[in-house]
Amino acid sequence: MFGALIIVFREVLEAGLVVGVVLAATRGLAGSRLYVALGIFGGVVGAAVIAGFADILSSLFDGTGQELLNAVILLVAVVMLTWTVSWMSAHARELTSQLKAVGLDVKKGRKPLTALAIVVGAAVLREGFEVVLFLYGILVGGGASAASVALGGMLGVVAGAAVAYALYRGLAAIPVKRLFQVTTVMIALLAAGLAAQAVGILQSAGYLNVLAYPLWNTSAVLPQDSIVGRVLATLIGYTDQPSGLQLIAYLATLAAVFTLSRRAAASTAPRPASSTSGSR
Amino acid sequence: MTSAFRRLIAASMLAGFGAWSAAAQTAPTGAAPAAVAPAYTPTNAAGQIEVVLKDHVFTPSQIRVPAGKRTQLLIKNQDPTADEFDSSALKVEKVVGGNSEGVVRLRELDPGTYPFMGEFNPTTAQGVVIAE
Repeated sequence: MFGALIIVFREVLEAGLVVGVVLAATRGLAGSRLYVALGIFGGVVGAAVIAGFADILSSLFDGTGQELLNAVILLVAVVMLTWTVSWMSAHARELTSQLKAVGLDVKKGRKPLTALAIVVGAAVLREGFEVVLFLYGILVGGGASAASVALGGMLGVVAGAAVAYALYRGLAAIPVKRLFQVTTVMIALLAAGLAAQAVGILQSAGYLNVLAYPLWNTSAVLPQDSIVGRVLATLIGYTDQPSGLQLIAYLATLAAVFTLSRRAAASTAPRPASSTSGSR
Repeated sequence: MTSAFRRLIAASMLAGFGAWSAAAQTAPTGAAPAAVAPAYTPTNAAGQIEVVLKDHVFTPSQIRVPAGKRTQLLIKNQDPTADEFDSSALKVEKVVGGNSEGVVRLRELDPGTYPFMGEFNPTTAQGVVIAE
């Protein structure tokens, strides 16, 4: 039971942190919970389907099908997050002014919500795939009783969701004006971390064999497979042994996100006949 | 510091096992590696080290590879259930389905010991890669 709890907790936590950030970031958009829920549902279904084809998948592309799929999923999430940040920057004023009220116009919010639902789906799919295989393995293997595994798994889901919810509550407690800035930074870090992770996966599969050597190793200080390491890996892209290319991907994504959001904000800043429409 | 360490390793290899030399670090200009069998874990015809996972135990559980060279492991999962070859030290996470095989590609490693495990059965499925 304990083993099931730990594994399920870890995976649910990693996906849950993404969901928490997305939920907080979309608080001002009408119907955001529905979209996030759809993303979770889609991710769970996708995870079950992919788990069913695990053998076939891993034998594709010279044995790297799994890594390629993971990298593609991550990169899709990176693109969606980047786009969302720039959309939100373009609509920053509406978002912050209407956050307390009904929320932004449903029609307008549909695009970013769809993008973020895909991000949520991608996160759930990636982590859920392992949960499904693991639980299936235990149930089939019969090492532990099915009831005990089910209990452990359920506790794991609850515990992981609880931490994610705590993150969401913490973010939701931030004053509306600041919330937007905070979630923008968090989404940027999330995207950068996912980009670095995608590069890491591709490099471990034997692709992108440049700058593949670890630049430094902080696994003695903060191992990446510890709980804190995992949380930071998800939220800010912490890697205890980043390769050169991973660092480049990380910084490039951060730069892209901030450049795009600044440009979007500048191009759509309303000018109510004032002289100071600067970069505030 | 590491280069001194490498030299030490290289020297001890020359003295101990002979032959293989520090070819990995100093690209050989003409002197081919000798034919004496090194202490490395043998590979199959495809140049992969075969690792069997059965009853949630890796065999061999100690894998010796040359430092500074890319290597591949062929994980043969003979259990009916999937497992994940997982190593934060090696930066590898690879799910291998039940009764199927998966290739794990290892980057050039510094000399050292790199633990790995089967994440779904971490109590029994454990092993180390030793790069030297």
